[in-house]
Amino acid sequence: MSDFTGGFWSIYISIITIVSIIACGVLLQVMSTRKVSGSKVETTGHAWDEDLVEFNNPLPRWWIWLFYITIVFALAYLALYPGLGTYSGSYGWTSKKQYEEEVAKAEAQSAPIYDKYVKTDLKQLAADPAARALGQKLFLNNCAQCHSSDARGGKGYPNLTDADWIYGGEPETIKETILKGRQAVMPPWGPVLGDDGVKDMAHYVLSLNGRTYDPLRAARGKEKFATTCVACHGPEAKGNPAIGAENLTKVALLYGADEPSLIETISKGRMSTMPAQKELLGEAKVHILAAYVWGLSNSAGTAAPPAKPSAQ
Amino acid sequence: MDKTNTYNYTVVRQFALMTVVWGIVGMLVGVVIAAQLRWPELNFNIPWLTYGRLRPLHTNAVIFAFGGSALFASSYYVVQRTCHARLFAGGLAAFTFWGWQAVIVLAAVTLPLGYTTGKEYAELEWPIDILITLVWVAYAVVFFGTIAKRRTPHIYVANWFFGAFILTIALLHLVNSAEVPVTFWKSYSAYAGVQDAMVQWWYGHNAVGFFLTAGFLGMMYYFIPKQAGRPVYSYRLSVVHFWALIFTYMWAGPHHLHYTALPDWAQSIGMVFSLILLAPSWGGMINGMMTLSGAWHKLRQDPILKFLIVSLSFYGMSTFEGPMMSIKTVNALSHYTDWTIGHVHSGALGWVGLVTMGSIYYLIPRLFGRTEMHSVPLINTHFWMATIGIVLYIASMWIAGVMQGLMWRAVSDDGTLTYTFVEGVKATYPFYTIRLLGGLLYLSGMLVMAYNVWKTVAGRQAVNATIPAVAPAHA
Repeated sequence: MSDFTGGFWSIYISIITIVSIIACGVLLQVMSTRKVSGSKVETTGHAWDEDLVEFNNPLPRWWIWLFYITIVFALAYLALYPGLGTYSGSYGWTSKKQYEEEVAKAEAQSAPIYDKYVKTDLKQLAADPAARALGQKLFLNNCAQCHSSDARGGKGYPNLTDADWIYGGEPETIKETILKGRQAVMPPWGPVLGDDGVKDMAHYVLSLNGRTYDPLRAARGKEKFATTCVACHGPEAKGNPAIGAENLTKVALLYGADEPSLIETISKGRMSTMPAQKELLGEAKVHILAAYVWGLSNSAGTAAPPAKPSAQ
Repeated sequence: MDKTNTYNYTVVRQFALMTVVWGIVGMLVGVVIAAQLRWPELNFNIPWLTYGRLRPLHTNAVIFAFGGSALFASSYYVVQRTCHARLFAGGLAAFTFWGWQAVIVLAAVTLPLGYTTGKEYAELEWPIDILITLVWVAYAVVFFGTIAKRRTPHIYVANWFFGAFILTIALLHLVNSAEVPVTFWKSYSAYAGVQDAMVQWWYGHNAVGFFLTAGFLGMMYYFIPKQAGRPVYSYRLSVVHFWALIFTYMWAGPHHLHYTALPDWAQSIGMVFSLILLAPSWGGMINGMMTLSGAWHKLRQDPILKFLIVSLSFYGMSTFEGPMMSIKTVNALSHYTDWTIGHVHSGALGWVGLVTMGSIYYLIPRLFGRTEMHSVPLINTHFWMATIGIVLYIASMWIAGVMQGLMWRAVSDDGTLTYTFVEGVKATYPFYTIRLLGGLLYLSGMLVMAYNVWKTVAGRQAVNATIPAVAPAHA
């Protein structure tokens, strides 16, 4: 182990540990063999608070043995497992190795289940009930934490069951999103626009899909939109999938489409991260996941050719 | 009033009564958060009523307010009675009472407001930490000062345990609460990363070992022989288990960090010393239980003795369970589950709670010039409410914990987890309900105690006993 900064500390802690364990045994040995004076159990002869006295019964035999057994176990354990400084124990066990072995074994066992789908077209895979079931399990294990168990997401986490896609909803695009992850930044505009300017802008966005809005503010916001927001969100506010700029004419927006949420988003900015799953899950699993996620918003029957029965 | 030949019972009375008050408060908060786990909407969307803020309030209130007041009361009583000497530095003793109450009130205000260091059982921010240090130093001066002026030649065993508890808590608090203040209510730990975690659990485990074990063993060593009217079973056993216990506990902290970034060697040492701790822990249980040999019949009529002896059974159970849970393979199943909560509460409700209640029932009448509590049958009622409450609590949490551990580790052939986390939560709901019932019962028992205490002390004159002369046989 590399957590010792020098040879000294390893020896230091080993000696202290062994001496301490043996000291427990010595204490027990001394106290259990010392003779009790006389054959009858007597009190020690001290008294406190009028009537508090103590017998001096010998230590219970079974208790002495229990104590010794734990001491012997401790010494044996430290001979077999890491515990004495850098000494790795005769079994050579480490928690890291145990973990890696268990994971490798599980991977080897499950790999064929995923590998057989790798070549299948994503749309076709979405129609395969066995693959969908597998996809759902992967989703619940790895995606539900953010996108929620029903894949409907939440504030800041896209709903994956509707037809609305920030980065594009083609099966291959979804797969790329899962494999490589996504990053999007909405810069904070509060310092540039000022409180009033931010509110104007919020009302312009409110006006884009027919919500209640203040026309005066919306008109002022529209003017500034053309210089401030247009670069990412486009002249018609339809967004830009290439950089994850949201289409602002939709009914539901990622961080909320009500006035307070819009004001917060515009003034403070937002950071969105979808973590890359390639290293964690591997391509075979991501392939199945992508098909599953695509299938959530595309009825499998219409989107894919009639499914061939799966290999099972 | 002649202060030279009476015991100082004033501070004992204050702490004893506050033990009952803080017990109710702390347990009530516990019942509230138990209900929140079953019905999360019970936080009413008010930040200071959320689980994350009330949970540290619960732990601090029951450990340091309820348990702490009980320890102050009993140690001040026991050290005077067994040293045949009035408490040293009465002014400082009064300061420890008011100072400690101030700490508790500050905790009750700052924790719900969200001020926390984030260290479990050491959440209080640095200004409160400083106040704790001052109170604790005063406590040590009063306690050891009284030992120094004792009129008995030997130091009674209960005082060894109280002494070890006071010294060690001082050490633990100073080391673990070392922090860098940033503002008046915010500080950062002096340690970083895994060292911080290790210091924290060295503290955390010894808070259990010294605050909740050694201190309460001191209580046990006085009140059991007194209430049973029998000599302590074995002086020699008390010597072995005292030294082995206080020495071994110091090593056991790493078992809280199994399978983490803590190096394997440190985890192993924590585990083997936790196992060695089994026999020294049981030494105290044997000594307390065997003190009753020849007087077992007293258990039938004396509910105070029931509290004290059943508390030792729970002590024995949880000090067996602890070492087992420290074994890495067992811990791999039990860690992070409600099994841990069950284990802690078999110690907290069963051992600490019951031994405290028994001791307070012994103390209260004596502090107010009576021979008995207002109602002995009510003590018995309290005993059964508490015992059934504990059984409901720990049995439900054991089952829930093992179930959660098994669900979390279940893996399907395809390598995915068989159960998602939320399925485990759903399966736990029935057990959360049973636990809530157990907690409610335990809290209700505490209310029965409060009523009984009120009827015992209301309108009564506070009495300070005269210090008896040391009999010549003692020398």
